[in-house]
Amino acid sequence: MISGQLDAVIPMLCVTLAGLVVLLAEAFRGRDERMPIGGLAIIGLLGAGAATMLLWDSGAEDSFGVVSADKFGLFVNLILVVVGLLTVIFSSQTIERDKLPAGEYYAVMLFAIVGMMLMGQATDLLVIFLALETMSIAVYILTGMRRDQQQSTEAAFKYFLLGAFASSFFLYGIAFLYGVTGTTNIDAMSTKIAAQAMSANPMILLGVGLLIVGFAFKIAAVPFHMWSPDAYEGAPTVVTGFMSTGVKAAAVAAFVRVFLKGLDPLILDWAPVLWWIAAATMIVGTVVGVAQTSVKRMLAYSSIAHGGYILAGLIAGNEAGKAAILFYLAAYALTNMGAFGVIALLGTRERANDDLRDYAGLWHSHPGLATLMTFFLLSLGGFPPTAGFVAKWYVFSAVIGATETGSIDTAAATGGYTLAIIGLLSSVVSVFFYLRIVVMMYMTDRDARPVPPPVPAIAMAGLIISLIGVLYLGVLPTRLIDFAQASISTIF
Amino acid sequence: MATDALLFYAFAGVTVIGALLVVSQKNPVYSVLSLIGAFFGLAGLYVGLEAPFVAVVQIIIYAGAIMVLFLFVVMLLNVPREDAAEWDRSHPLYRPMAVRIGAAMAVLLALELGWALSRATDIGGAVNAEPNERISSVAELGEVLFTRYMFAFEVTSILIIAAMVGAVVLARKRQE
Repeated sequence: MISGQLDAVIPMLCVTLAGLVVLLAEAFRGRDERMPIGGLAIIGLLGAGAATMLLWDSGAEDSFGVVSADKFGLFVNLILVVVGLLTVIFSSQTIERDKLPAGEYYAVMLFAIVGMMLMGQATDLLVIFLALETMSIAVYILTGMRRDQQQSTEAAFKYFLLGAFASSFFLYGIAFLYGVTGTTNIDAMSTKIAAQAMSANPMILLGVGLLIVGFAFKIAAVPFHMWSPDAYEGAPTVVTGFMSTGVKAAAVAAFVRVFLKGLDPLILDWAPVLWWIAAATMIVGTVVGVAQTSVKRMLAYSSIAHGGYILAGLIAGNEAGKAAILFYLAAYALTNMGAFGVIALLGTRERANDDLRDYAGLWHSHPGLATLMTFFLLSLGGFPPTAGFVAKWYVFSAVIGATETGSIDTAAATGGYTLAIIGLLSSVVSVFFYLRIVVMMYMTDRDARPVPPPVPAIAMAGLIISLIGVLYLGVLPTRLIDFAQASISTIF
Repeated sequence: MATDALLFYAFAGVTVIGALLVVSQKNPVYSVLSLIGAFFGLAGLYVGLEAPFVAVVQIIIYAGAIMVLFLFVVMLLNVPREDAAEWDRSHPLYRPMAVRIGAAMAVLLALELGWALSRATDIGGAVNAEPNERISSVAELGEVLFTRYMFAFEVTSILIIAAMVGAVVLARKRQE
């Protein structure tokens, strides 16, 4: 392409350029002139997607020193492009309805995607931190964009404060690791730790612990999940979908790269800690989710629980586990974007219409939306033949496989089997709250509440595309699994 | 060596006490002034680390420019003294909640430290066999910033533009 050095960052450059063009377009837009600003964002994202594919095919493993265009990062890039495209498609209605500033909204969203892509591709802790901050700051802004709603502002503020804490923990962890190993590069760190057998050093463990806290905050793992239900509920629903999929995918990608590559020699130290976090995340996310009456909040807890399943793959730490994480992220992104897309389309300017009661009799007023929502919920619950089923099956089989080969501790209560059983039980419990919405939609009569607004065609098309993805991954998952395995084989 | 350690503890003490005063003062102006004290302590620590440039920048930019802005904002907005009675329960920064979150973070850090120390068997062992390279002079700093950390430097610009756009969006007057 342009020059070997820049190849690795072309997808990010495309999205950055799109963000800047969107800003300029907004600046030169006449007062009442209508401009297809979302279209510019879509062009940029498609460009990034195309660049990612080209880099994939060219097999270029070249890097910028701190950014690598390896297949792992590119896989995550593709997930993020899909998340971005769906977000743009669902956003137009929200922007119109809530009178959000379109140019700024899309620009900030694109900058968030740049940060996310960089998190997946960066191979240096310093750059990962910058990427994390770029993503987080942009997402705080998106959360608080509905300024006429107190709930939105409050959510953004809480998210910002707790996120700032998390970032400082993360940075502190990097400082300790740099102090001990003398490098921020993930590869160099791994060789150094392995060569000097530093697992006995308290400083490096402190660094590892602080990094776990920072990442756990970003993927909303228990006990660092306090911000997420509030932030998810207060943010505009489309942004909630974007946050719950994009932020999670990016943070998990960086988590996997740092822990399974840089800190792999210390796996015996950190895996038990993550075991407890993953188990608590699955249990709390599910149990508290059952008690919610707001669908948005319920899906926030469901998203916490899904973070737990993804962490289970990280604990497995084997080939299957890493590939399972990538597959899970893809399946979860499509499903959750779809589910939040449906919720966003049901809202009106006055009410979010996200109460469980609002879904009563949806089948009669919006049969299409009700059908789509049913499939997304079944996928979240892990029913065959949807993507969610394959993803969960893949993760738990990786955990059991790792236990059998002895790569995770089988002794004591914190073994792989226990984790798999907790995961399966919590999935079964979570089915209760997903099916509760389905029962509401089909079997309850509509009361006197106003009928939700009609659905724009483009948003419907976006939902149908997500549904096709969910079913495709559920019925014929092998192709994506092969891709996922190819991706992880290049970096680990 | 003894002087080194002594200076370290002195400056660290100034920093920690300054930081504690920032959160415990009722009058926001005092808080800002304590923060300046904490920044001076930090600058002293940087000198101890043989990073004079960072120390000077810390004083000029943080203790100087940014804190003056803080002070002006506090004075121009005429922020009232915090009064417990004025903390409304629905306020997003509802005080007991803020204290609870802070306490939770402190417990978290203590737990971390406990975990690291309990798993470590070699406390006080050699940390890093070969010492980290020293980059102290302005020239050296400029060189690594525009060679090795070039990409990180450029990424910061995206971070800043996102933050700027956000500040404008969140702070401007509502048009309606």
